[in-house]
Amino acid sequence: MADGNSSRFFGRSLARVEDDRLLRGQGCFVDDLDIPNVVDIAFVRSPYAHARILSIDVTAARTMPGVVAVYDGASVVDRIKPLTNSEELRVPEGIAALNPVVKIQPAPILAVDEVNYVGQPIAMIVAETRYLAEDALEVIEVEYETLPAVFDMEAALEPDAPLALQGEADNIGVYVRHSIGDVAAGIAAAAAVVEETFATQRYVAAPIETRGMVAQSDPFTGGLMVWSTTQTPHRVRDHVAESIGLSVDEVRVQSVDVGGGFGQKGILVVEELLVPFAAHDMGRAVRWIADRHENLTADAHAREQVHHITLAADADGYLLAVKDRIVVNLGCRNMVGLVVPYNALCHLIGPYKVRNVDLEATGVLTNTTFTSPYRGAGRPEATFAMERAMDRLAAKLRMEPAELRERNLIRPDEMPYRTGLLDRRGLPQEFDSGDYPEMLSRAVDMIGLSEFRQKQELARHEGRHLGVGFALYLEMTGLGPFEGARVEVMPSGRVRLYTGAPSQGQGHRTVFAQLLADALGVNLTNIDVVAGDTASIPYGVGTIASRALVTAGNAINQAGGLLKQRILTHAAEFLEAEVADMQLEGGRISVKGTPAVELSLAELIRIVPKLAGGSGSDGLSETSYFQPPNYATASGLHATIVEVDPATGRLDILDYVVVHEAGRIVNPMIADAQVVGGVGQGIGGALSEHMQYDDQGQPITSTFMDYLIPVSSMVPDIRLDEIVCPSPTNQLGVKGLGEGGAVGPPAALANAVEDALQPFDAIVRSGPLSPSRIRDLVRDPNHS
Amino acid sequence: MSFRGSEGQIHPTTPPLSEPSGWHDISLTVNGEPVSAQVESRLLLTDFLRHRLRLTGTHVGCEQGSCGACSVLLDGVAVRSCLTLAVQANGRDLRTVEGLAGPDEPLTALQQAFHEQHGMQCGFCTPGFLMSLAGLAEHGGTPSSDELDEHLAGNFCRCTGYVNIRKAARQAFGLPGPEEASRG
Ligand code: FES
Ligand code: FES
Repeated sequence: MADGNSSRFFGRSLARVEDDRLLRGQGCFVDDLDIPNVVDIAFVRSPYAHARILSIDVTAARTMPGVVAVYDGASVVDRIKPLTNSEELRVPEGIAALNPVVKIQPAPILAVDEVNYVGQPIAMIVAETRYLAEDALEVIEVEYETLPAVFDMEAALEPDAPLALQGEADNIGVYVRHSIGDVAAGIAAAAAVVEETFATQRYVAAPIETRGMVAQSDPFTGGLMVWSTTQTPHRVRDHVAESIGLSVDEVRVQSVDVGGGFGQKGILVVEELLVPFAAHDMGRAVRWIADRHENLTADAHAREQVHHITLAADADGYLLAVKDRIVVNLGCRNMVGLVVPYNALCHLIGPYKVRNVDLEATGVLTNTTFTSPYRGAGRPEATFAMERAMDRLAAKLRMEPAELRERNLIRPDEMPYRTGLLDRRGLPQEFDSGDYPEMLSRAVDMIGLSEFRQKQELARHEGRHLGVGFALYLEMTGLGPFEGARVEVMPSGRVRLYTGAPSQGQGHRTVFAQLLADALGVNLTNIDVVAGDTASIPYGVGTIASRALVTAGNAINQAGGLLKQRILTHAAEFLEAEVADMQLEGGRISVKGTPAVELSLAELIRIVPKLAGGSGSDGLSETSYFQPPNYATASGLHATIVEVDPATGRLDILDYVVVHEAGRIVNPMIADAQVVGGVGQGIGGALSEHMQYDDQGQPITSTFMDYLIPVSSMVPDIRLDEIVCPSPTNQLGVKGLGEGGAVGPPAALANAVEDALQPFDAIVRSGPLSPSRIRDLVRDPNHS
Repeated sequence: MSFRGSEGQIHPTTPPLSEPSGWHDISLTVNGEPVSAQVESRLLLTDFLRHRLRLTGTHVGCEQGSCGACSVLLDGVAVRSCLTLAVQANGRDLRTVEGLAGPDEPLTALQQAFHEQHGMQCGFCTPGFLMSLAGLAEHGGTPSSDELDEHLAGNFCRCTGYVNIRKAARQAFGLPGPEEASRG
C-alpha cells in the first residue's frame, strides 16, 4: 500500500499465525508464566456496600502458614498514590466549552476509612500459594459501621438521597448537556411525538481469562518487570511508575497472550498498582490472578443506563426533534469520566438527519462496583434507546419501521456529513463515509421483509408469534491521539514489528503482518509482531475503542514505507545503482532490469554498518506514529426474526442478519469473526446477562451459574453482508470494527420481540429478555 | 518444577511448605507418561497440572464448574479439572491438550479444523473445547449435528460467538457445515 504498489496480502482471508501454539496448549497467558519463587496474592474485600472502617487487625494473618506479607490501607497510604485513570478523565477543550461536570475522585489503593461498594479491596495478603493466602483471609478482623447506601441511579439523584461517597456534595460524578437547533419548536410542529423511557441493565464484560498480573523486580536496575493482561500496556507502565515513585524508564510492562479484554482490561484498577508495588517492596516476584467471583463482583461493570427520550416527527415520519435525558450508573466513583456518557450522547442519533437536538447525560454515583467502557461503550445503550424509540414512532405513525428509518437516513452524497454536534474530541462531529440507504435495502432484502409480513400474519392466525426487528448504528472508530509502530530488520533478515496495541484475540500478529508485508515487500512468514511491550516502543495507547487497525495499522503502513526507502537507499549504495532503480519484492532486493543482481535482507543488514551511508544511521529500523485526523465512522445494521411463545416466554431467533460497513477490510475472515463475536456478546446482553444487586447492595449474580453469558445454543448462525466505503481519513482506507457487532443485538431483538408481541400491546423498555421477562410483558404490557 | 527420574517417571517437586491438610502420594499417567507426586488433599487437579507439572494448556476460567476451560480427559472421559481434586486422579489415565499432538507432530484433525474455520480468537477457551470434543469423539461415535450442538453448550467462549466453533466441530466430525445443512 505504501506507495501505491499492488497489495499482495491486504484483503486476503489468511489463516492466523497465532493459532498453532494456542491449539497445542503452548500459549503463554499471564498465569502460565513460570517464575521461580513467585508468591500469590489474595485480597480482603468489603462485604458491605457502604460502611466506615473502625479497625483492621491483620496480626493473626501475618502468622498464618506461608504468609509472606500483609498490607492494609494504613501501610500503603503514604507509599502508593491513589489511582486516577487520568487519560480517560481529561476534558477536551471543545467539550469544556459545554461546561461539563467531571469530578476527579481518585480510587484509594486500599480502603482506609470508608468502603463504598461490596468488593472494594481492604487488605492484600501475599503468601506462598493462593491457597494459603485465602486461608489467611479468614483471620483478618475488620470492624465496620454501616452507612446509608444507594444503589438505584435515579434514586441517587433525589435531593435527600444518601451520599454514595462521603465528602462529596452530591451523587453526580459527571454531567454534560449539548443541544443544537430548537427542540421545543420541533416538538410543537410535530404530528407525532413519542416520549419513552428505555433502560439498559448492568453487564459485566467477563472475558474467559480474568484480569491478572505478575511483577518482578529487576536485580540489575531495581526497576520492575510487569507481565499483564492489560489492553493498554503503556498506560499501565506510566501509572505504575508514577504511583510507586519510579521513573517510567524503570518499569517495563509486557502484555502476554491475553484471553479477551472487551474494555474490562482497558482501564486500570488499584490491584494493578498494588501487585507491582508488592514486588518492588519485597524484592520478590508476585502474582495476582483474579478469580471469577472477583471478576464478576469487584472488576469493572458496564452499560447500566436509563434514557428518557423524546422523538418528534412530521406526518410523513421525518424527524423534527430528538431530546434525551441520559442517566448513567457510574458505580462507586467516577473512574472514566465522560467516556461512556458522552459516547452514548454523541452516537445516539446514529445515521439519521435531525437538526433540533437536546441531549443531556448525567453520570451518577451509587454504592455498586465501578464501571468502565465495555465493547461499544455507550453505543449499545444509546442504540437501544434510539432504535426502540424509532419503532415506537413507527407504530404511532402506522408505518413500516424500515420505511421510517429509510426516510430519515443521511444519504451517501451528503458525506462527509456534519451533524452540528461535537464529537468526543470536542471538534465538529463529521461522518467521513458510509452508505446507510444501501445497507438498509440489503438488510430488508436479506431478511425478506415483505414476505415476512405475510408469514407473520398467517402465523398469528395459527396462534404463533413472529416478529422482525431492525437496529442501525454508527461507530466513530479509530480514537486518537496516536499509535506507533517500530519496524526493524533483524540480523537473521527477518523483520520485526513493535507496536503499543496488543491483541486480546483479534489476530494482530496476522493482520499487522499482512499490512507490513505489503508496505515493505516481504513475505508474511518473515515478519514477527511484538505488540504491547513497553520496552520495544516508547509510546503507545493500546487496543481499545475500535482503534487498533486504524491507528496502529496506519502507523505500520507508514513505518513500512519508510523502512523500505531506507533499505533501498543502502542497497543502492552497495550495488552501485540508483535508488530509483531498486526494488524489494518477496524479501529480495534487486535492480530493476537486472534480476541476477540480488541481495537478501540478511545480507544487507550485515553490510549496512560498513557502508558509508550506514555511518551516522541507526541501521535498518524506522519508527512512525500515526495521528488520525478524524474518526473513521463505521456502521452496521442488524435485522432479526424471532418467534416468541407467550405461554412459556421462550424466544427463538429464526434469522439474524448483519450488514456492516467498516472501510477496506484487511482480512475478511478475521473481520467477519470480530463482527460475529460481537453479535454473540450482544445477544447475551439482550437475552440473559444481568449483573444484579439485592436491596443491601450485595451482588447476587456472582458466578457463571447466575451471570448468564451465552452458550453455543443461544447464538444462531449469523448471515453477514458487507459494503465497503473506504475511509478518506487514512491512507489504508480502513475503519475499526471490533465493537460494532455488540451494538445492535439488544435493540434489534427487543424490536423483534415487541413486534411479535404486538397483539398484547407490550412495550419492551428494558432487557434482558429472559423467558420470565417475556411472560411479564405478556401478562402486563406496561411492565418495565 | 519437575524432574525426570531414572525410570523415566516424572516427579514434580513438592513445594517445601507444609499445608494445613493431609498429603497423599499419587501415581497416574499424564499424556501417556507415568507420574508420581505428593499432593495436598485439597489441591485441585487444575493446579496440579498447571503449577506442578507445568502443563499450562489447561486453563482456568471460573473454578466454578461452569465454563469448561479446564476440561481434561480422565480415563477418556471429559471432566472439569477445576472440580476434581488431584488425589482423585490417582491411578488413572489423564490427558490434556498438550497430549493431542506431540511437539513435532502435525495438528490433529480436530485442532486443524479450529485453525481452518477460525474457531478461536484469544484461544483461552480453546483447549477446553478441544478436550471436550476429543472426549465426545472417543465415546460417542459420530454424533448428529444436534447432538454436537448440544455437547458444545458445555463450554463457554466469550470471543467467537460460537459460529466458527460449530463449523470447526462439524468439520472435525465430518458433518456438513451450517450453510450446506440449510441448503440441503
Ligand atoms: S475453570 Fe473449570 S469449569 Fe471453568
Ligand atoms: S476464543 Fe476467547 S474465549 Fe473463546
